[in-house]
Amino acid sequence: MKQRKIRILIAKPGLDGHDRGAKVIAKFLQESGYEVIYTGLHQTPEQIVNAAVQEAVDAVGISVLSGSHNYVFTEVMRLMAEKGLGDVVVFGGGTIPEDDIPELKAAGVKALFRPGTPLEEVLRFMKENVG
Amino acid sequence: MDYVAEALNGSQLAGARLIRLLEEGDPAGVEALKKLYPHTGNAFILGLTGPPGAGKSTLTDRIIAEFRSRDLKVGVVAIDPSSPFSGGAILGDRVRMQRHATDPGVFVRSMATRGHLGGLSRTTGEAVLVLDAMGYDVILIETVGVGQDEVEVVDLAHTTAVVALPGMGDDIQAMKAGILEIGDLFIVNKADKPGADDVVKQLTVMLEMRAGSADGWQPRVLKTVAVKGEGIADTVNAFLEHRAHLERTGALAERVAERELRFFRELVKEMAADLIFGSFQGSGAYADLVERLKARQVDPYSAAETLLAGFSCRAT
Amino acid sequence: MADNKNLDAIRAETARWAETVQKATSRWPERQETFESLSEVPIRRLYTPVDVPDLEYLKDLGYPGEYPFTRGVQPTMYRGRLWTMRQFSGFGTAEETNQRYKYLLENGQTGLSVAFHFPTLKGVNSDHPLARGEVGKCGVAIDSLRDMEVLFDGIPLDKVTTSMTVNHPAPVLLAMYLVVAEKQGVGWDQVGGTVQNDPLKEFFAQKSYVWPPRESVRLLVDTMEFCAENVPRWHPVSISGYHIREAGSTAQQELAFTLADGIAYVQAAVDRGLDVDRFAPHLSFFFDSHMDFFEEIGKFRAARRLWARIMKERFGAKNPKSLWMRFHTQTAGVSLTAQQPLNNIVRTAFEALAAVLGGTQSLHTNSFDEAEALPTEEAVTVALRTQQIIAHETGVASTIDPLAGSYFVEAMTDEMERAAEAYIRKIDELGGMVAAVEAGYPQNEIIRSSMEFQKAVEEGRKVIVGVNRYAREDEGSIPLLKIDDSVEKAQLARIADTKKNRDNDAVARCLDRVRDTARSGENLLPPIVEAVREYALLGEVCDALVDVFGAYQDPAVF
Repeated sequence: MKQRKIRILIAKPGLDGHDRGAKVIAKFLQESGYEVIYTGLHQTPEQIVNAAVQEAVDAVGISVLSGSHNYVFTEVMRLMAEKGLGDVVVFGGGTIPEDDIPELKAAGVKALFRPGTPLEEVLRFMKENVG
Repeated sequence: MDYVAEALNGSQLAGARLIRLLEEGDPAGVEALKKLYPHTGNAFILGLTGPPGAGKSTLTDRIIAEFRSRDLKVGVVAIDPSSPFSGGAILGDRVRMQRHATDPGVFVRSMATRGHLGGLSRTTGEAVLVLDAMGYDVILIETVGVGQDEVEVVDLAHTTAVVALPGMGDDIQAMKAGILEIGDLFIVNKADKPGADDVVKQLTVMLEMRAGSADGWQPRVLKTVAVKGEGIADTVNAFLEHRAHLERTGALAERVAERELRFFRELVKEMAADLIFGSFQGSGAYADLVERLKARQVDPYSAAETLLAGFSCRAT
Repeated sequence: MADNKNLDAIRAETARWAETVQKATSRWPERQETFESLSEVPIRRLYTPVDVPDLEYLKDLGYPGEYPFTRGVQPTMYRGRLWTMRQFSGFGTAEETNQRYKYLLENGQTGLSVAFHFPTLKGVNSDHPLARGEVGKCGVAIDSLRDMEVLFDGIPLDKVTTSMTVNHPAPVLLAMYLVVAEKQGVGWDQVGGTVQNDPLKEFFAQKSYVWPPRESVRLLVDTMEFCAENVPRWHPVSISGYHIREAGSTAQQELAFTLADGIAYVQAAVDRGLDVDRFAPHLSFFFDSHMDFFEEIGKFRAARRLWARIMKERFGAKNPKSLWMRFHTQTAGVSLTAQQPLNNIVRTAFEALAAVLGGTQSLHTNSFDEAEALPTEEAVTVALRTQQIIAHETGVASTIDPLAGSYFVEAMTDEMERAAEAYIRKIDELGGMVAAVEAGYPQNEIIRSSMEFQKAVEEGRKVIVGVNRYAREDEGSIPLLKIDDSVEKAQLARIADTKKNRDNDAVARCLDRVRDTARSGENLLPPIVEAVREYALLGEVCDALVDVFGAYQDPAVF
C-alpha cells in the first residue's frame, strides 16, 4: 500500500497577529511533503480543536507569541482529550520561556520550539513522533 | 470505535477518520462506505468552481451562514493543490470559514489533490458520501481554483456554480471553452468593483448563445459581494430553485443514476486492473513481458493482449 | 562628488589595484566568494568616488535642517538636544504600568511610550473570548477611561509627551487620553504626543486590524483633521516601518512600504480637502534598526531625502516642516535571541548606534530578555543606560551626520533610495497602497523575503551568534517578568464595575451617534470623545464602528 500522507494543523490562537513563525513552519512542512491545514489568525482553543477533529490530522502545531501559552496549551490539551484526540501529537512554538516548558510538557505538549530553532530540528521531531 | 455507527450518529470525529481512511486508500474505508451507502442520497450537492482570486472561500463561508440561517446542516469539501515537487500542500480554505468551526451543524474538510487533475481530489466523491450519510443537508464542494479544466465537479454536484470576477475580460473568453458549459449558475463576485456589469453582460450574452440544457434550465447570472454578504440570499435561493427544477423534471434522478453508473464502471476498471496485476505478482512470464516491453521488442497493445490471454487461462 | 577627469583617473587606478588584489586572492581567497548585506544587497570590496559618481553635495546632501534633509532635520541636531529616550512599556494593569512609568521618569527617561495588550490593539475588551490568557501579557490592559485615568495618575500631561502604539482603535485611545488631560486641567492645546494610528501596515505586518483598508484610512484622516484643529501639538500618525521589518521584510521593503503608506495617507487627506502644509508638519515616522550597521544608516538617510522629495514633487508642499521626516526608532526585536540572552545587550547597542548615526529623533532600545518575555526592571535599565552611554560617552553626538561623505555610506544611501523608488513605482502602477494591500502585493513580498531569510539562516549563510554559530548546550536561564492571571480577574471585575456605575442610557446614545457618524461620513472623533467620556468600553466603541464598516479578515497569503 502507498505511503500514508501526514496531515498537520497549524494554528494561531488568540489576538496576537505575529504569524511569521506559523507561516514559515507551514511552508517548510509543505516543502517537506506534509499536508498542512492552516487555520489563520485569531482562533480560540475550541476552534482549533474542532478543526483538528474535522481534518483528522496527525499533529497540531500552535504558535503563540503573546504570553498566553499556559492558557492556550492547557485548554487545547483538555479539549483534545475531551473530543477523543488523545492520540494526536501537539507541539508549539513562539516566545515561551524555558521555565514554563516543563509544565506544558507535563500537560501533554510533545515539543515546544523556541525562537531560533533550526527547521531541521522540527523536521526531525515530526519524523520521529508523527511520521 | 465503530466508525460507521458513530458517523451515522453524527460524530464528526468518526466521520473525519472515515474520510481519512478513504483518502489513504485503506480497505477498511471501503468496507465502511458499503455500510454507509444505504444512508446516502439525501444531501443536496453543490459545486463551486472558478479562477483563483475569485473569492470562492469567502463565498463559501457566506453560503454556509445562509444555509445555517435556514436551519440546514452544511458539509464542505474544499480542495487545494498538492505541490508537484514535494507532494506536500498548504490547505488554507478553512481560514475563511473558521467562524463556523464551533457550529456542530457545519463540517469542513480540506483535501489536497495529490496529483489528481480535474479540480478535485481522487476521493472527493467518497468524502461527499460520508458527509451525506452523516446527515448534512447541503454539501458544498469547492474546487482547486487554478482555473483550468476544473470540470470534474459536475460529475459529483447536482448544481454547479461558476464564480467569476470583474476585470476578467479575456479570461471570460477563455472560460467559454470549458467552464462556461458546466455552470448552472454564474456568480460574479466582488460585484462592487468596477467592471462587474461588463462581466455580467458578457456572461449573459454568451449564455444566450449556448444551447440550453437538455432539461430546459436556463443558466442564471448573479452578483455578489461576498466580503459584505451582499447577494448571498439570492444566490442560495437560486441554488434551491435549480434543485427544485431538477427534481421537477426528473433530471436529478437521471444525473445521480449516470454518476453511479460512471463510478461503477471506473471502479470495475480499477479493481480489474488490481486483480489482473495482482495475479501476476512474482510471475516470471510477467517479468519477461515487462522486460520485452522496456526493450521495445513488443508493442504495448500486443503486450496487453498477451497479459489478458494469460489471465483468462488462469482464471478458468 | 568628483569631476569626471578625476573619476576616470580613479577608475584606472582602481582597475590597477584590482589586479594586485587578484594576485593576493588567488593565493589567499577571501572569507566568502561574495558579500551581501542583511537585506541581500551585494557589497563590494572597496568603495571609492566611482561608486557615487552622480552625488552632488548641495543637491543630494545639503545642510542639516534644510532640504533634502539627508543630514538631519534640525540645524544643530544632537548638539542642540539629544534624541528623546523613549522606552516602550506597559504590562499588567494600569496601576502596575503607572508605577513603571514613574520609575522610568525618575531615571532620566524623557518621554512615555505606551504598550497596550493585544485585546486593546484589536479593539476588544478584556472579557472577549479571544482575550483569554492575553490580558495584560504583552502590554497594559485598557478597557475604558477608568484604566486610562489610573495609567496617568500623578503624571502631568502638560509636562511629558506620550507615544501610544495602537492602530485601528487609535482614535478611541486618543480620545481617552484627551479626556484624562481635561480632568487634570490640561488643555488640549498643551497636550503633546503621538499615536501610531498607521492602519495600512496592519494588513501586511502586525495584523492587528479591525476594519477593512478603506474605512481604516478614513478614520486616520478623521484623526488628522481633528488634531490639526483641536490638538495642535499632537502627531496623529506615526507611519511605521518597524512592524513591516519585524514581519520579515528587507530594509528596502521596510522603507518603500512605509513611504507608500505615507503617500496613501497624504493623498487621502488632500482628497478630503485638507491643506497639505497644515497637516504634513505633524506626520511622523517609525523605523526598525536592524543588525546591518551601514545598511541601516543608509536607510535612515535615504528615508529623509526621499520623503522630502516626495512631499515637494508629488504633493507640492511648501512649508519646510512639511518636507522633513522626523522619526522614532526601535532596535530590532527580531534580532534578539532567546539563546545566550546577554548577547542581546551588544546587538541592541550596535542597532541603537546606527539609529543615532542615522539621525533619529527618538529611540527605544530593547531589553536583553525580550526574546522571551516583557522586560524586567533591571533589563529595562540596562537598555536605557545603553542610550545614555551612546549619548554621553561615545562622542558620536558631538557632530552632525558624521558618516556623510563616506563612499560606502553614500552608496548605500543611494541604493536604498533607488530600491525604494522602484517599489513605489510598482505600487503606483497597482493603483496606490490601498489597492496594493487589497491585491495582497506587500503581503506576498514580505512572506517571500522572510522565507528567504529563514532559508539563509538554516543554511548558515547568515550567521546568528549563539544560535547557528557558537551555540552552547548548557545555557543558564535569566530571571523573567511574570504576569499572573490575577490581572485578568482584576480587569474583568473593573469592567463589571464600570458598567454598573456609568449612565448606560447615555452610553447607548453615544454609541448610536458613533454609528450614525460612521455612516454619514462626518468626522468620527467628536462622537468617540463623547462616548469614552461616558465610560463606553473600548470594545463597545469599536463594535459600533464594525457594525458600519464591517470586520476585516486576513486572507492568509503564503
